[in-house]
Amino acid sequence: MRSLWIGGALAGAFALAALVSFVWTPWDPAAIDIAAKLRPPSATHWLGADHFGRDVFSMMMVGARVSIAVALVAVGIGMGLGVPLGLAAAAARGSLLDEAIMRGNDLVFAFPALLIAIMITAVFGPSAVNAIIAIGIFNVPVFARLARGGALALWQREFVLAARVAGKGRARISVEHVLPNLASLLIVQGTIQFSLGVLAEAGLSYVGLGAQPPTPSWGRMLAESQTMISFAPWLAIFPGLAIVLTVLGLNLMGDGLRDLLDPRVRRARA
Amino acid sequence: MLGYVANRLASLVASLVVASVVVFAAIEVVPGDPASYMLGMNATPEAVAALRAELGLDAGPLARYLGWVGGMLTGDFGVSYTYRTPVSGMVADRLQVSLPLALYALALSTAIAFPVGIWAAARRGTAVDAGVMGATQLGVAVPNFWFAMLLVLVFAVNLRWFSAGGFPGWNAGVWPALKALTLPAIALALPQASILARVMRSSLLDTLGEDFVRTARAKGLTRGQALRRHALRNALIPVLTIIGLQFSFLLAGAIIIENVFFLPGLGRLVFQAISARDLVVVESVVMLLVFAVIVVNFAVDLAYAAVDPRLRRRV
Repeated sequence: MRSLWIGGALAGAFALAALVSFVWTPWDPAAIDIAAKLRPPSATHWLGADHFGRDVFSMMMVGARVSIAVALVAVGIGMGLGVPLGLAAAAARGSLLDEAIMRGNDLVFAFPALLIAIMITAVFGPSAVNAIIAIGIFNVPVFARLARGGALALWQREFVLAARVAGKGRARISVEHVLPNLASLLIVQGTIQFSLGVLAEAGLSYVGLGAQPPTPSWGRMLAESQTMISFAPWLAIFPGLAIVLTVLGLNLMGDGLRDLLDPRVRRARA
Repeated sequence: MLGYVANRLASLVASLVVASVVVFAAIEVVPGDPASYMLGMNATPEAVAALRAELGLDAGPLARYLGWVGGMLTGDFGVSYTYRTPVSGMVADRLQVSLPLALYALALSTAIAFPVGIWAAARRGTAVDAGVMGATQLGVAVPNFWFAMLLVLVFAVNLRWFSAGGFPGWNAGVWPALKALTLPAIALALPQASILARVMRSSLLDTLGEDFVRTARAKGLTRGQALRRHALRNALIPVLTIIGLQFSFLLAGAIIIENVFFLPGLGRLVFQAISARDLVVVESVVMLLVFAVIVVNFAVDLAYAAVDPRLRRRV
């Protein structure tokens, strides 16, 4: 329970910063102020200013927006495509469809996410949208596998049998009886994929494959700070800390949610 | 066992074929003609046509796909559009950096994770266990490229123990080359070691709860003896899978880490190729990495079956 609160607070703080950035940031994150160039953290620039005199804190607030949006939509893609695939595979267990879906899954798993991103970028050029697609594709097999595994177990249960006896079709049973019972499993995995998405987005934008300038993103702030790390280390430290705390918060939240939503784990602990 | 190997082999070949089609098709839809791109705006149509013929671009997609796959099978990866040198030579050069880096990181990650995971499992519920779990939770959350930058800040900029980047080449001697790979390998290994330590711990805890461990204790073995002689070997199965999976993460992760340390590996090659629109190189390197991942997973499956005879029957 404690990890749920700590994690929720951490992740919530960053979500709040992202939301607030729509209406207010301490400075204009794009405003160039050469006089403030490379100013270390102070009362005026809380986390310092970069080589163009832009306020690091303000850029990070807007960066949170990109980070959260990319990861959230990527999880949405993964769930939206993966869960129906997994349910269909489970409902048609052992059929050609099941086999095809699972083989397809294995194949996507064989491509490391980064390679997919690189290929998409090579083809369509770098952008936040392509980063979302790349991360999202990698999420699909994760959710498909999870949904299939969970659904297979549920298909053995009496209430599903009862529904079949009542004359419901496989598709309807999947949606009305199987899916609701998978919800907690999917929420927990969603949180974990969310945190992986934040990490992946940071990595992609670090190598220039994510959101393009002038949109600030944590990964690119780190990339830009790299040559200045010896005399302006704060430029490298704070965006990195933001990534770590967000990911840590989401992981803790995932652990906490699992304990909360999965009664089996709770009983095992008690 | 033979049937199992044949089954896995068939699935390996099928994966490779589908993967190659996907990679080829992806590069195929890229807009723009490499030949006119290479010759510039003022090229005559005849010159473009001649170059297209020279590069083999005038053939149909099926013929080019077969040519590409056939070439790769014989070690011919085509000719780079920008450098006009064989891609296989470029890839071989870069592999001399990327492969040792991934193996170095894998060795580090395993060397750290095994003792730490075993230690935490043996001291379950104590401060040691809580400390390990907390540290690994943090290790998973740290982006490896940021950790790499911090390592540079501390060990290269401040302490000056290592250089901040670059690679002297193996000709300069094994020691300087390994030294140049040390910080990148540590950065790559940190998240992997955290995951592996967690898997090691939970897998060992699971086996420690098994009946045969209780039997071993009942016949008079100490906790440590039961752990070493009976639990550990059985706990290794899930750990092996994760190590196999990690190798592919390490190869892919190396792409980013190589950029942090300016190492002339495959990762740098891919990015240079992307910005130069040198698609032959992108295509071949991506396919090579996917090939490596699929083959490693195949090897893990076999290792699995060798460790656990039960799996051989369950095809």
